[in-house]
Amino acid sequence: MNHFLTIEGLSRDDLGGLLDDADEFVEVLHRPIPKVPALRGKTVATMFFEASTRTKMSFEKAAKALSADTMSFSPGTSSLSKGESLKDTVLTIKAMGTDAMVVRHTATGAPWRIAEWIEQPVLNGGDGAHQHPTQALLDALTIRQHFGTLDGLKIGIVGDIRHSRVARSDIQAFSTLGAEVTMVAPRTLLPVVPEVFEAAASEDLDSVLPDLDVVYVLRVQAERGGASVFPSLSEYTARYGITKERFARLKPDAIVLHPGPMNRGVEIEGAVADDPRALILDQVFNGVAVRMAVLFRLLGGEHAE
Amino acid sequence: MQSELILAGGTVLTADGPVETDLRIVDGHIAEIGGGLDGDERIDCTDTWVGPGLVDLHAHFREPGQEWKEDITTGSRAAAAGGYTAVVVMPNTDPATDAGHLARFVADRGAEAGLVDVMPAGAVSKGRAGVELAHLDELWAAGVRVFSDDGDVVADAGLLRRAMDYLAARGGVISQHAVDVGLSRGGHMHEGAVSSLLGMYGIPSAADDVIIARDLKLVEVTGARYHVQHLSTANGVAMIADAKANGLPVTAEVTPHHLAFDHHAAEGTDPVYKMMPPLRSTEDRDALRRGLVDGTIDVVATDHAPHADHEEEVPWEHAPNGVIGLEWAAAVVNTFAGLDQEAFYDRLSVAPARIGQIEGHGLLPAIGVPANLTVFDPNREWTPTVTLSKAQNSPYLGLPLRGKATITVYRGVVTAVDGAVTGEGS
Repeated sequence: MNHFLTIEGLSRDDLGGLLDDADEFVEVLHRPIPKVPALRGKTVATMFFEASTRTKMSFEKAAKALSADTMSFSPGTSSLSKGESLKDTVLTIKAMGTDAMVVRHTATGAPWRIAEWIEQPVLNGGDGAHQHPTQALLDALTIRQHFGTLDGLKIGIVGDIRHSRVARSDIQAFSTLGAEVTMVAPRTLLPVVPEVFEAAASEDLDSVLPDLDVVYVLRVQAERGGASVFPSLSEYTARYGITKERFARLKPDAIVLHPGPMNRGVEIEGAVADDPRALILDQVFNGVAVRMAVLFRLLGGEHAE
Repeated sequence: MQSELILAGGTVLTADGPVETDLRIVDGHIAEIGGGLDGDERIDCTDTWVGPGLVDLHAHFREPGQEWKEDITTGSRAAAAGGYTAVVVMPNTDPATDAGHLARFVADRGAEAGLVDVMPAGAVSKGRAGVELAHLDELWAAGVRVFSDDGDVVADAGLLRRAMDYLAARGGVISQHAVDVGLSRGGHMHEGAVSSLLGMYGIPSAADDVIIARDLKLVEVTGARYHVQHLSTANGVAMIADAKANGLPVTAEVTPHHLAFDHHAAEGTDPVYKMMPPLRSTEDRDALRRGLVDGTIDVVATDHAPHADHEEEVPWEHAPNGVIGLEWAAAVVNTFAGLDQEAFYDRLSVAPARIGQIEGHGLLPAIGVPANLTVFDPNREWTPTVTLSKAQNSPYLGLPLRGKATITVYRGVVTAVDGAVTGEGS
C-alpha cells in the first residue's frame, strides 16, 4: 500500500487487517501513556483545503500518538489565497520535508492528483462527495466492536447520499465486510444511478426501519451544493429524521451512528443522539485508532524502529 | 515567377469519385490533372488520399486576450500540421469578437501567419453576455458568416430569435453551444454511472437536448440556418435527423473526442478528459459515430481548446474544459469512425466550407480550382508525442492512431509535411 485514497477495490481481508490493527491501537489509546514510538522522526502534514475540525484533529492526534511530528496547512491563511496553484503549494510543503500528506479537498480526485506529484504517501481525508476512507474504517470498527462482525447485518444509510463521501466509502466498506446496505433518501438525495453501489435504495424510511441493525444518519449538508434539493428542513425531518418515535420502532439492540457534525432536531433528535445506543462518540474515539493503523501501515512496517 | 508543384500518384477525390492520378499546381491553382505529369517539384503520393484541404468550423486560437494558451500563429501551425487549410476561430476571446474591427484583426493576424485562412466567427451578443445583439451587420461586412456565443449558450430564446431573424435574410449561420444553463449548473461531467460513483455533479444529456429541441422550433419560425456545435447525445442525433427530414436548414458537428471516448474516460479524474459538453455514455458515442457515417452529422469540428499546463495541474472540478486536436483530428476520425475517402473529405472539408461559406475551400480537385489540398495516408500507424500548439492538453498524446495528414497545400504552397510546418510566412 503506497497511498490510502479509497475504499473501492479493497478486499475483505484488506479491510479486516486494518481493523485488526486498529483494535491494537485502541488498546494503546487506553494505556496510561497513550503513545508509542513507532513513527518517531517522521513528519505528517495535514493539508485541509476544505475546512474541517474533527478529521484534522483526529489525524494529528493519531500521528502524535505514534510519535510522529505534524505540520498543518489551512487554506484561509496560506498562499492559496494569494493565487498559488495547488501543485506549487504541495511541492512547497513537500520541500520542507514531510513523510506523508493527509489531504482533504472540496474537489473530487484532488488526493489522486497530489499523489501524481509527490512520491510520499498520500492519505485521503475526504475529497468532494467521493471518498472518505478513514471514516468508513472507523464506522466499520465501531459496528464490529458492537456486533462482533458486519456479516449479515442490515445497515440503513439515511440522508444525503448523493452528496456524501461518507456514504460512498461506507457503502463499499460495509458491503465488502458482508453487511446488507440500504440507501434511504428522497430521490433528489439518492445517487442519480443508485445501481453503481452494492446497496438497495428506498425512499421510504418507515418501511425499512424495523429491520435495521444499524441506522447510519447522514448530516443534512445545507452548505454543499446550494441547489435546493428538498422543500424544507421540517419536511425532511418529518420523512427522514431519526426522531424518538422512530428510534422506539428500531430493534432493541439496533444502534445509531452519525459522522458529525450533527444538526440536532433536523436529521436526528437530541434525545436519540444522547441515547446510549447512539455510538457517536465511540466513532470519534475509534477515528484516532484507525488513522493510527493507516499511518502505521504506510510509514511504519520494516522502516519503523 | 511561376511556382509549380506536382502531387503524383495519389488517389485523388474528383467529382467522379476517387481516381489514381497526378495533379499539377501552378500559381496557386490546379492546372492539370492526369497521369505521368513531370516537373521539378514532384511529391510522391502513392497509396495516399488526395482531396480538398481540411476545414475546421470550430477552434479556439485565444488571440486576443489569452495568448498564454495559444495565439493565431501557433494555432495556425498546429492547423497546417494537421492538414487544415482554413479554420473558423470562435469569438470567445478578450475582447469577444462582437464588432467588425475585432473580426478584421483576427483575419489580419491569420493572414500574417500565412499558413491557413483564419476565419473569425462573430459573437451573437455583445460581449457574449447574452443580452443585446452584437454588431451583426459590421461583422457580416467584415466577412463573418458564422455566429456563435460559444463557450456559452444563447440562453435567451427571444435574443436568439432576433439574431435568427436578422441573419436569415443574409444567410449567416448561428452555431449554438447547446447546453442548458440550469441543467448544467455545477456539473463537471456526464450525469450517469461514473458521476454517481465519483460523487460529482453531473450534466444530464437533457441539458443539450432541451436547447436543441427549443432552437429547432425557432428555426421553424424564422427559417434561419442553424448549426449545433459539438453534438454529444443520441437524442440530439435523432432530433437533427428528424429536422433534416422535415426540410429545416439545420446542420451539426461532432468533435473527435466525442467520437473516440465516453464518460468512462473520466473515471481517473484526469482533467485532460474534461470537455463541454462532457464525454457521454457509450451509447451516445456509438450514436455519434453512426450519425457521422450516415451523414446526419455533417461535420467533424475539432473544438481545439488550448489551455496552459498550469491550468491543467489542478483537480478535475477546477480544470477548464476542452482539449487541443487540430494536429490529429483527421487521424482520430479515421481511427474511430472509419469513413471512406469521399465521406472523410465531405465531413472534414466540403461540408464545413459550405456551412461556413468559406470561399476557395472544400472544393474537389478540378482544373482552375484553388489549390487548397490535403494528402492523407489512411493506413499510417503513429502515436502523437509532441505538438506545435502552445498547449499540451490532449488525451491523444501517447495514444496510437491510424491515419495521418502527410502533405498540406495552402494556396498552392506546401505548408506542412508529415506533421512539420514548412511554408511559414509564405
